[in-house]
Formats: sequence, C-alpha cells, structure tokens
Amino acid sequence: MSVQSDAPQGVEPTHFAFDEESERQIAAILAKYPPERKASGTLPLLYVVQDQMGRTTGSAWVPRVAMDVVAARLEVAPIRVYEVATFYFMFNTKPIGRYHLQVCTTTSCWLRGSDDVTAACKAATGISNFGETSKDGLFTLTEVECLGACANAPVLQVDNDYYEDLDGPRTHELIEALRRGERPPAGSTTGRMDSAPAGGRKVLVDDAAPKPQGQG
Amino acid sequence: MVKVTVDGISVEVAPGSSALQACEAAGKEIPRFCYHERLSVAGNCRMCLVEVSGGRKPVASCGFPVNDGMQIFTDTEVVRRARRAVMEFLLINHPLDCPICDQGGECDLQDQAFGYGADHSRYRENKRAVTDKYLGPLVKTVMTRCIQCTRCIRFSTEIAGVPELGGISRGENLEITNYVEKALTSELSGNLIDICPVGALTSQPYAFTARSWELKRTDSIDVCDAVGTNIVMHARGASVLRIVPRINDEVNEEWLSDKGRFVVDGFRRRRLDRPWIRVDGRLQPASWQDAFATIATRLKGVPGERIGAIAGDMCDAESMLALKDLMEALGSANIDCRQDGAKYDTSRRDFYTFNTGITGIEEADALLIVGSVPRQEAPVLNARIRKRYLAAGRGGFPIAMIGAPNADPTYAAEVLGEGPDTLAALAAGKLPFADVLAKAKKPMIIVGHGALTRPDGQAIARACWDLAAQVGAITPEWHGFNVLHTAASRVAGLDLGLVPGPKGRDVAGMLRGGVDVLWLLGADEFPTDQIAPETFVVYQGHHGDAGAARADVILPGTLYAEKPGTYTNTEGRVQEAFRAVMPPGDAREDWRILRAFSEVVGHKLPYDTLEALRARMAQASPVFGQVEWSRHGTSDTTAPQAGKVAVSNAPFRPVITNYYLTHAVCRASPTMETCSGVYVHPAIEAAE
Repeated sequence: MSVQSDAPQGVEPTHFAFDEESERQIAAILAKYPPERKASGTLPLLYVVQDQMGRTTGSAWVPRVAMDVVAARLEVAPIRVYEVATFYFMFNTKPIGRYHLQVCTTTSCWLRGSDDVTAACKAATGISNFGETSKDGLFTLTEVECLGACANAPVLQVDNDYYEDLDGPRTHELIEALRRGERPPAGSTTGRMDSAPAGGRKVLVDDAAPKPQGQG
Repeated sequence: MVKVTVDGISVEVAPGSSALQACEAAGKEIPRFCYHERLSVAGNCRMCLVEVSGGRKPVASCGFPVNDGMQIFTDTEVVRRARRAVMEFLLINHPLDCPICDQGGECDLQDQAFGYGADHSRYRENKRAVTDKYLGPLVKTVMTRCIQCTRCIRFSTEIAGVPELGGISRGENLEITNYVEKALTSELSGNLIDICPVGALTSQPYAFTARSWELKRTDSIDVCDAVGTNIVMHARGASVLRIVPRINDEVNEEWLSDKGRFVVDGFRRRRLDRPWIRVDGRLQPASWQDAFATIATRLKGVPGERIGAIAGDMCDAESMLALKDLMEALGSANIDCRQDGAKYDTSRRDFYTFNTGITGIEEADALLIVGSVPRQEAPVLNARIRKRYLAAGRGGFPIAMIGAPNADPTYAAEVLGEGPDTLAALAAGKLPFADVLAKAKKPMIIVGHGALTRPDGQAIARACWDLAAQVGAITPEWHGFNVLHTAASRVAGLDLGLVPGPKGRDVAGMLRGGVDVLWLLGADEFPTDQIAPETFVVYQGHHGDAGAARADVILPGTLYAEKPGTYTNTEGRVQEAFRAVMPPGDAREDWRILRAFSEVVGHKLPYDTLEALRARMAQASPVFGQVEWSRHGTSDTTAPQAGKVAVSNAPFRPVITNYYLTHAVCRASPTMETCSGVYVHPAIEAAE
C-alpha cells in the first residue's frame, strides 16, 4: 500500500521563489482569470513550479515549500494546493531524475509491445522497478495509464514529449541519446507522420480521384 | 412551498429543499454519513439513497432537490438493497475494532451498520491501512477508521474558518490530513470529534476513559466564556468525564469552544475540598465551624465600609445575590463583580448586553468590532459572525475592526486602526467605513473588554453608542449596540447590582488597604498581590489559585458542574444549569455557605431553599423571572454616561493573552496546559 508523504528528510528545500522566466509565465497565466477567480491558476502554476525545478535543479518536482508559494500567490489555503498537487500524478511530490520516463502499459500499448519498451528502459537505465530513479540520477521510470496515443502505440513519454511506435532497440537508442544530452525529435520513431498509416498512404492514392463535391 | 409525498405521507417543504429534508419533514429516518445540516452538501457517502418517482435508479437524497408533486420512497426493496450495498462498501476498509474504539456505542457507522447493513461480510482481501495524523493535543486520530465523509474538511473550512484539513491523493489512497503535521489552529477543533461519524477523530484527553452508555448526562451551561454555550456534562460516579455541546440554535447551534470542552480534567485537580485557616502564616486544615468562627471574630468591630467583596467570573447568579445580601447585611457597599476593572453604565440593561443577540448577527449587514477579539473571547459567537459572513457572500457583510491588528478573525475584516482616535475619525465620517455603516440597514457595533477595561472604558462605550445611534443602529426594531463580555458571571452580576453602592469601593479601591476584610467569591483574575498585607482575605471558591494563595480563610465552594445555578450570557439570556456531580470533600454550594455564615454573624439571610433564593433573585432583577429571552430594539436612544475619564488615544489591547489559561479551572487542567504549550508558547515547548 503506497502512503502519500512528503519528500524524504533533507531533500525538501527550505526555500522556493519563482525566477524571472516563471514570473513571465505566471503573468500570462493569471491574465486569463478574473482576479477573484485566480485560484483557477493552481494547476498551471504547479506546472510552472515543476518546470522551474527541472530547469534550475535538474529534477522536475514540486516541493512543499513551492506549494506554499503557489498558495500565497493565489491567496488560497495551502491545503487546497496540496490537495491538487497530490491528486494528479503529473506532479511529482518527490524528487525525480533528469529525465522522467513514463511508459504507458494500458491495453493498446501493452498489445503493441510495451513490455519490450519497459524492459529496454530498465536495461538501459539499470532501474529494476517502476517508481525508481537510476543510480546516476538521470532517469526515473514511471508506469502510467493511457496517454491517449493508442494509434501510435507503444508510447514512452519523456518529460513532456511523446516518443511513439517504439520497440525495444529504438527505446534503447532513445535513452542512450538522452544520456548523451541529446533530445531526439519527438513523435513517431519509425518516421511516419503523426498517426498516418505506416508505410505511406492507403487511400486516395490515385491522382485522378474526383475532387470532393460541394462543401462536404 | 413545494408539495412532496414521502412513502405516501404528504408534506410541504420550502422550495430548494433536498429530498432528505423532505423525508425528515415526513418523519422518515434517512441514514447518512457525509450529510450534516450545518455543513455544505458533499454527497459522497451514498448512504442516503432513496427512490424518486420517475427515476430509474436510487438518488442521493442529500443533494437531490425536490420539485412539486415528487414522490419519494424510502422503504422499497431497491432502497434497502442499495443501503446494504453502500454499507458493505464502507465496511470493506473499515477495521473491526469497535471493542477498542472510543466511538463505540455512539458511532453512526456502528448504528447504521446494525440498522441498514448486511449481517456478514463477503470481503476476503487485505484491508487498507492509513497512517495516523497529528492534529494537535485535543483530537486523536485513527485514520484507518476514516470513511472519507469529508465532514471534518468542511467543518474546518466552513465553520471554524481555518482551512487546514484536506483530502490528499485520490481513489483508494485518499487520506484526510493537514499534510504538514501541525496542530489545528482553531478554538473550535473539539467539534471535529462530534461531527466525525466514525471513530477516526476522537477526543485525545478522553481516550479510553469511559463508554458512552456508562455516563450520566446532565444539562449545563458553559462558563468558560460569556456566550452561555449549552452543554451536557457526562459523568460517571463522582467525576465529570467529558463535556459535549447541546443543540441550541439561539446560542451555540451545536458547537462548543475547546476551552469549554476540554477544561473538564481540571475539575478534580487542585480542588479546595475542606476549609483552611491561616495560622502563623501557614494554611491549616480546619472545620467549617472554626473557619466561620475565625471570620466572625475578625469581623467583630469592623465597620461596614471597611469590608469588601469581589465576585469572580464563573459565579452563578444565586451565590452572587447571596454575597450581595450578606454585604448589605454587614453594612457594606463595597462590592464588585468586575475583577478586570471594566466600566459600564449599569443604569440600563442594554448599555451592557449584546443586544443584537447571537441570532441577530445573521441579519446584520455591517459590523464594527471595537477593542475585542471575538475569536478568543467567544469562539462560538465568532463562528456565528463567520456564518453570516459566508452567507452574505462577497462584500455582503462588511466587517471592520478597531484594535487587534494581528488577530486572524477567520473572516475578512478591515483593520481601521488601533485606538479610540480611529473611532472618533469614523464618527466624524473621515473613513470610508463610516459610509458603509451609515448605508447599512442593520449595522452592528461590538464593544469588547479591550476597550471597556481601560480607565476611559465608559467614554469609549459612550462613543460607540453615539456612533450606533448616528448610523441608525438603534431603532425600535433593531438594536445594534453590543457589549461582548468575557466573564460568564458578569451580566448576572450587573443585573443583580454587584457594583459599588453610593460611596462604595470598586475592585481597585478595595486593594492596597482600601478594606480590612475582603471576601473573594471565586475571584482570581485581579492583581491579588496588591491586596494590602494587613487585609484579612476570605476566599470562597473551588480551586487553589491566586485568590486561595493569598487567603487567610478558605471556604471550599463548588464548581459549575456541582451546583444548580443560573447564568446570564452576554446577550442577557438567563439559562439554568443543573448539578452533574456532588462536590468533593467538605465543599458546599456557594449560596449555602453564605447563608450559613450569615447566621453565624447574626444577619440570617431570608432564604433557606434554592426556590426561595430564586424568588428573591426575580425580585432583585425581574429578568431572572423571565423564561424566554427575545431580541429587542429600543426607541430610547439616550446614551450611557461617558464617565469622568476622558478618552486617551492609547491603542486597544486584547484582554486575552493566553486563550487556554484564562481562569482557575483551566489553569488546573493538564490538557489546557498542554494546549497553551502547543498553541500559545510553541517556542518555549520547543526549547525544552
């Protein structure tokens, strides 16, 4: 049984303040809400926190002091921010590695070989179980539910990027590239465009096909 | 009104009512866990399922609005099966630890499982376990028992106004917590114990003390503040084991302050249970006869004007009247019930009571608080202000405070300033809030003892009255001038005239040798070190505190739990408390002590029974003969006397510096001591 708790002793920073980049983002976010409804900014601001932590410390997580800062900025009780931050799995309430590997293992991806992706992730990073961080501190492996990329299954989400149509070897390559500090282009790893059919167009291949009639 | 049929019974309910309320109106019991009539509707326990005409499936009645002609069925097979299923789900993760659970015997889950549940469990998997949370020294948590009804979250957010509890994580991992392992910063946190329908939140000091069915229940009145909260004393044998609130919508709804609830373990500690006489500087145990004889001997030859009496903050009206009668018989006009030195014009009752009434707060549309911190001085009344504040919506109930700049009142209040100069500026219309008050139809002004206990207290009361009259707060329909008392005995004392008579001395006048013999009736909250060394002090009271330490003769009196008594709250509402337990040792009811002593000095008081004394009380002040208290206005806007001291511009100081240690009983209570360490002096605690 998993028990929700704060970050381990000594890891929780004593202080958090938004940097300039974050302040720019916050100004844009809060402009969307009426002042008395700015509590709606909780989710985007938590993302701002997580991004800033990733940018400045190499570990994209949301420490509790930062939740307090968000609460103060939005003039809500801190517990309201704690509730949101712990409700969504997208927010890491404990430190993670430089790269957050999120393997989808829900039905479509599983049928299309997510077990191979998982195995490759573990082999390439030395992680033995989901939820762990590699010894070098670079990778954290998480099992996630459906990411909505079923047409491109199996999918691995690295931080905010989707890498699709993976198999074991390509997952391995991807992780090695990340280790070298590269960021391969996101999307399908087989070269197909978005969710277009693998191996080129399957319909409307005849150039003489009639043009659509009317405004359809 | 909307016409609804519940199981064939036709009822009319207000539009917007819920199906559950309609069922209650029809006299049908609907089981529930998350629904609480004083909290917002959550609708997450699903226990209140009923069938509604035209509906395909059962609906949660707590959140289902009625409409005209609706038919509700509360006792169909579908409903019974639905309740049984909900109960089974709730019990999946609930431990079977009723035999060691303090809620056992008064547990909603237990009762409803018995009434509506299945007879056995089909669950064979592992149960979920949850780590216990720290919520402070008063509320004990066993979170595995929690069924996540979220009543505690809603209570702390809505009623207490300290949004510190929440539900973190989700699904099976949902936990109720404050996330930070800090004590709840509310003076109403004890009510969490009452609203928790299971044994997740129970009373820490009362843990494993007694079973609910062993307890004898006695109706009483809380005297820890002047709200007059209605309480029930739960006693077993000779001890009161716990105090819980009693529902009175006019006063406390169903809440009780932490002090009033947890002071109970001070009842049997540091008690004065036998008379004592000071011999050669040391207190020696004595008999009642010797104690009376010693006082009588000392009184011989002392003229009336050299005798004085001070009544304390927790006295019942009966004993105060007996004290006054005794002093009059001894020829003394030196009597005072205002230990804190507060000043009032007592010529009219509405000069010193909370005239708007506690229910009146819910109609007010603007509030000015002068020299008071209601959250500390009257937490339950403060909850009523917050209730009004929430009901009125954004800006609907503007509140301003003069004084107490750092207090968090649990509602948005504009701090206008800190001293009487701000009050003057307000009266002169120089502040924007003057406009708010003037435009309000039912404005309220609360004057607290941060203002009234100053030398210029009467002048400030006068200024507040004038401001109230000026903004139209004093009309035949509405009385917006309110004095918020902190002492439970004060209004009764003033009603009975426990103030110095002509040429009489007040508390300050009786100190420093102002009198030769001083009778203290449970009076500990005044500078006892200023009593002149040659003054002979009689302390009549229940706890060994400041007054008893200085006494030459100690007469053991009774606590509010040990005597039938009459108390008048800050509104002027007269309420009766009954005896829950007998006093310890040789202690006696206070009025009987005074009556017995009067005979020794040859001025026998003219009452031998409580009934006779109460008849005399009604004679002394007609309010004691009235059963009902009602809200009132006045057409007489004549202002109270301003007193002789001109207003100074010193800022108002809060009268309570340590909420948990304001009187002798809570100073004897280990729980209150702990709370003081946790909440008021955390630094000292940490250093130790």
